[in-house]
Order: sequence, then structure tokens, then C-alpha cells
Amino acid sequence: MHYLDIIFRSLFIENLPLSFFLGMCTFLAISKKVTSAVGLGLAVVVLTALTVPLNNFLLNTVLKEGALDWLGQPEIDLTFLGLMIYIATIAAVVQILEMVLDKFVPALYNTLGIFLPLLTVNCAILGASLFMVERDYTFLESTAYGIGAGGGFMMAVILLAAIREKSEYADSPKGLRGLGMTFISAGLMAMAFMGFAGISF
Amino acid sequence: MAESSKELLVRSIFQRNPIALLVLGICSALAVTGQMSTALVMSICVTLVTAFSSLTISIVRYQIPNTVRIGLQIMVIATLVILVDQILQAFFYELSKQLSIFVGLIITNCIIMGRAEGFAMSNPPIPSFIDGIGNGLGYSFILMSVALIRELFGAGTIFGYTIFTTVSNGGWYVPNGMLVLPASGFFLIALLIWLIRTYDPEQQESQ
Repeated sequence: MHYLDIIFRSLFIENLPLSFFLGMCTFLAISKKVTSAVGLGLAVVVLTALTVPLNNFLLNTVLKEGALDWLGQPEIDLTFLGLMIYIATIAAVVQILEMVLDKFVPALYNTLGIFLPLLTVNCAILGASLFMVERDYTFLESTAYGIGAGGGFMMAVILLAAIREKSEYADSPKGLRGLGMTFISAGLMAMAFMGFAGISF
Repeated sequence: MAESSKELLVRSIFQRNPIALLVLGICSALAVTGQMSTALVMSICVTLVTAFSSLTISIVRYQIPNTVRIGLQIMVIATLVILVDQILQAFFYELSKQLSIFVGLIITNCIIMGRAEGFAMSNPPIPSFIDGIGNGLGYSFILMSVALIRELFGAGTIFGYTIFTTVSNGGWYVPNGMLVLPASGFFLIALLIWLIRTYDPEQQESQ
């Protein structure tokens, strides 16, 4: 139940784009069509589900104070290098994933391919890892959190894309068209998601 | 470069504002604007990181192999952000706790990558540095305006000093609770974009 709780919390209550505003750039830029939003969402889920546990593993075996005990160096504390390691892990996973998909699953590569390099610098992916560090999750907890956080992003981006497809036909003021309307729809979604606050198992 | 340094600095604040026109770097813009003080610290950090990363990348631009440039740019930015983060934790511990993970997230702020890739890679160091500062200021301009509205009307204070005495403290001002909610950042930025695009119709999107 504990893991289910973490997934539920990260999906609805602490939804990355809608309550922490992470990954906004991609969230707003690639939400014009539902089909591309699905591709982007899938790429994010795969990436967070891989990078969050991987970073957790690196944190516990290399970076934390006393983590290098297995090398006979218990007094080394490398936590200050954290940011650089996390972003390097993410960049590496993106590269490997791209190559593996290109080689073995070309169909999936064609759907996810264009989004993967973009996601190296997505705040939601790095943010998920940083939240994992801040909350001191264990390996299994961070796996659950990675899946939930990515799933939350996917859900939000598909919902926003559906709203944008509809609102394209609306006659909004000229200065507000496009970006402005997207911001307002996202704001309304964020307010709606606040209704989930406080639910837990 | 045909443009003078002054133009480089000023155009990013209004005509080519990174947030309003290019939709870059919005993540942190919304999350830290609840208070003026966090918004100010964030603005300073981002401006410094953008300026110095553009400067560094521009200096080594002929040495960077084209295939690994993104990785190298991220490393330069990550180093600068770690510096900023360590300084904040050493001298302003309370503020760094409030900003929590958002200082680390400066790495993935697209404004910085965008300027490194789009300007610093093809221009000499000094203009790149000025362009970095200009874009940082453009970001700060939006951040501070949103934070001002949210703190003043949401809590009746500016930088923590009381401007409107709220009803709960025996004053007259009924604070607008909605502005304290994070979602209000979306609406305020939407209104700012509306304002900027009405003033400068060239930025309007046609659908």
C-alpha cells in the first residue's frame, strides 16, 4: 500500500506540471495535438521510470556521505557533485535509449525519437530525481515515484492537448491567442487538480 | 555584429522577451513567484548563470566539437549552478531551503541552453555576455512583476513589509487568497503576455 500511495500522490496530488510547474516548456510547446502529446508522455514515463531509480542507486553507492565505504573511504562526501551526476545520468540514458530503440524497435523510435533528445533538458525529469533526493526515498520507493511522476506528466499533457484541440475554434482576443490561451487552460487545470489534495490511502 | 551592446541588452527585455515570446524557462518562473524575496534571488541566480555560461561557451566555441556540444554546454551550466547553489547554502541558508530544488533546476532552464546554443556558439565573448545579461533581465522582469502582484494582493506585503494591513491583523485589506495559490501564476503570465502582445502586435500568433 505504501508504494501505491507514492504512485497515487505523484500522479494526482503532486502532479509535476500542474502543482510544481516542472517541464513547462515541453508541456506548453508540444501539446498542440493529442497524438504527439501521447508520444511525448510515453517518452517521459520511460525516462523517469529509468533515471529516478538509477540516480537513487548512484546517490546511495557513490555520492552520499559514507557511501564510498565499500572502497575503504568512509569519510568522502560527494553530495555537492549531485546535480552534475544526475544530469549526466539523464543525458546518458537518453542517448542509450535512443540507440536501443533505433536498433530494435524502429516503430517506437519513430514515435518517441524526436522527443527524446529534447527531454535531456526537461525540468520534470531532473526535478523528479531531485525530489527523490530531497525526500530520501529508498530504491523501490524511487522506482514507484519515477513511474508515478512520469505518468502524471503524461496524463496532464494529453489532457491539455485535448483542450487545446477544441479551443482552437474559439474566437479569443488576438493578443491572447495561442500561448496566452494555453496558459489560462493550464491554470484552470492546475486549480482543478488542487481538488485531489489531502486524499491518501 | 550590427547591433550595439545597448540594443542587445534592451531588446531581450521587451521585444524579444524569452518568457513571453519564446516560451522558454517557464517552469521556475511560476513556482518561485509567491514572494518577492524568492523571486529576486532566483532572478539574480538565473541572470548570473546565463551571462557567465554564455561568456564561457563563447570563449571556447572554436574548440567544441559539433557532435558533443550539447553535453559540454550542460556541463558548463551545471558547474555554474553548483557554484551558485553552494554559495546560497553557505550564506543564505534560509532562502536556499525555501527555493528547495528550484536552484538545481536552473540547469534545465531552457533560456540558458537556448542562449548558449542560439547566440554564444556563433558570437564573440563580450556580446554573448551582454546578451546573457539581457535575457536574464527579461526573465527577471516577468518574474518580479508576477511576484509583485502575487505578494502585494495575496498577502498585502512587499518583501515581507506590510503595505496593506490585512483584516486578520486589524486592518482594512481583505487579501485575495487565490493569488497565493500557485495556479494564479498561470493567469498572471497569460495577462502579461496579452499586454505585451497588444502593445506589440508583431508577436501575435495567427491560428
